[in-house]
Amino acid sequence: MSLYATRRSANSIATTLCWVAAIFGLAWLFVILIALLYEGLRGLSPAVFTEMTPPPGSAGGLLNAIAGSLIMTLIGVAVGTPLGMLAGTYMAEYGRHSKLTMIVRFINDILLSAPSIVVGLFVYTMLVHPMGHFSAISGAVALALLVVPVVVRTTEDMLLLVPGSMREAASALGAPRAHVVGKVAYRAAKAGLITGVLLAVARVSGETAPLLFTALNNQFWSTDLSAPMASLPVVIFQFALSPYKDWQQLAWTGALLITVAVLALSIAARMLSAGRRKSK
Amino acid sequence: MNAAVHAPKEPPTKVAVRSLDFYYGADRSLKNVSLPLHANKVTAFIGPSGCGKSTLLRVLNRMYDLYPGQRAEGEVLLDGENILDPAIDLNALRSRVGMIFQKPTPFPMSIYENIAFGIRLYEKLSRADLDERVETALRGAALWDEVKDKLQTSGLGLSGGQQQRLCIARSVAVQPEVILFDEPCSALDPISTAKVEELIDELTNRYTIAIVTHNMQQAVRVSDYTAFMYLGELVEFGETDDVFNKPKEKRTLDYITGRFG
Repeated sequence: MSLYATRRSANSIATTLCWVAAIFGLAWLFVILIALLYEGLRGLSPAVFTEMTPPPGSAGGLLNAIAGSLIMTLIGVAVGTPLGMLAGTYMAEYGRHSKLTMIVRFINDILLSAPSIVVGLFVYTMLVHPMGHFSAISGAVALALLVVPVVVRTTEDMLLLVPGSMREAASALGAPRAHVVGKVAYRAAKAGLITGVLLAVARVSGETAPLLFTALNNQFWSTDLSAPMASLPVVIFQFALSPYKDWQQLAWTGALLITVAVLALSIAARMLSAGRRKSK
Repeated sequence: MNAAVHAPKEPPTKVAVRSLDFYYGADRSLKNVSLPLHANKVTAFIGPSGCGKSTLLRVLNRMYDLYPGQRAEGEVLLDGENILDPAIDLNALRSRVGMIFQKPTPFPMSIYENIAFGIRLYEKLSRADLDERVETALRGAALWDEVKDKLQTSGLGLSGGQQQRLCIARSVAVQPEVILFDEPCSALDPISTAKVEELIDELTNRYTIAIVTHNMQQAVRVSDYTAFMYLGELVEFGETDDVFNKPKEKRTLDYITGRFG
């Protein structure tokens, strides 16, 4: 066989393998989505959004779990995002060549891939144990700890993508460093920075393990941050493992809600970064 | 023309570079360079790649200070004040010495905001005054007629030549005294290049200009004085006509006649 023909057949084999792998991966995703839609939609009713998690055998919804998830995710992101952005900004803008940046980047990469249950146990030892009880605030702290590395990473990456010539141009006008970063570099990286935060939200809103050890669960409506608080993932965990049909149904519906929310966030993040590429 | 005849009428010096050495880490890339930039004149820095002409330009607004490991020794006097003095306010210096880069660098904001950015750094103006300054700057860069109806659209949407003129307008808006051009036309087509060169010519009425260029015809067209550099040394400095028509140094002659470089 000629060299050219060999290359052609190697190309078609490789292309076919790529297709098979892609379809294999996507097929599972679709199976999961279809199963979720099939099982989850059956239980979807206004009651899901207006009633509390019920005791077994009675009617109810997921309102307290939805609210709890929103509250803890919001606090987690609100605490984790500024920390992560500031650290990422230091690494990309101020200490680009410093040893500290290298160390922080290394540790951040470890944190990024740390199992979330470890974070849950850490917060349990640091907060829950000294406080003597589970609480929403320790749940939020655990989520914040998961947000930080994601935001650090995306902030640094996105700022590093901003061409140095842009910074030079701003400096050449006599702009102080803070202006160069805040008004020019941030602006150039805006879509990427927002994408990073959205991805962090998507990441933590489905986390179960860190909440099991921190916020635990609460069958009733509660906005008290020092008390245990329900959340969708933990309720799904508890209800799905239960022997009760109505609880299992609520677990399916909750899973559908979380998946749709995460999917929407991911799509929004995608659209933002696609829009950014187009405007360039 | 005889340089000696012109000597007494030589225009005042705006910037005086004296015994300048420059180091990238341990590498010495400028060696004992001394030359003047005359007020309201265009001085071209020419020489083969790596000769130090851009380095010299980047000393004049201390751009190199953004990066660790780079340092300059010697004196650079701007109106008699040594700008290499560590105590000097870098941001104030850079507002007096503007810079235009090789590739256009519009900020990711509207055309209007691109210009207003620099003005707002040092002045607090009313909306009407700011509008006026933006217009003056854009007119000064011969861009006003092309963009007056789309001031609020992104500066990134302009063509390369327009972007470069936007950058010139942005620099002019800060009202500097010296403007440094670092190969401003190397990314532009011939028509845009001609426009930028015309602009440089007009700007000399108000500013002292230094331009780094690889294009010797450009140096002849736009500059009053030319500095030929080679391997970090200043080989020859003089009026552009003299440097190109009767160079004193053989290396200059070889370079401008295309024998090396």
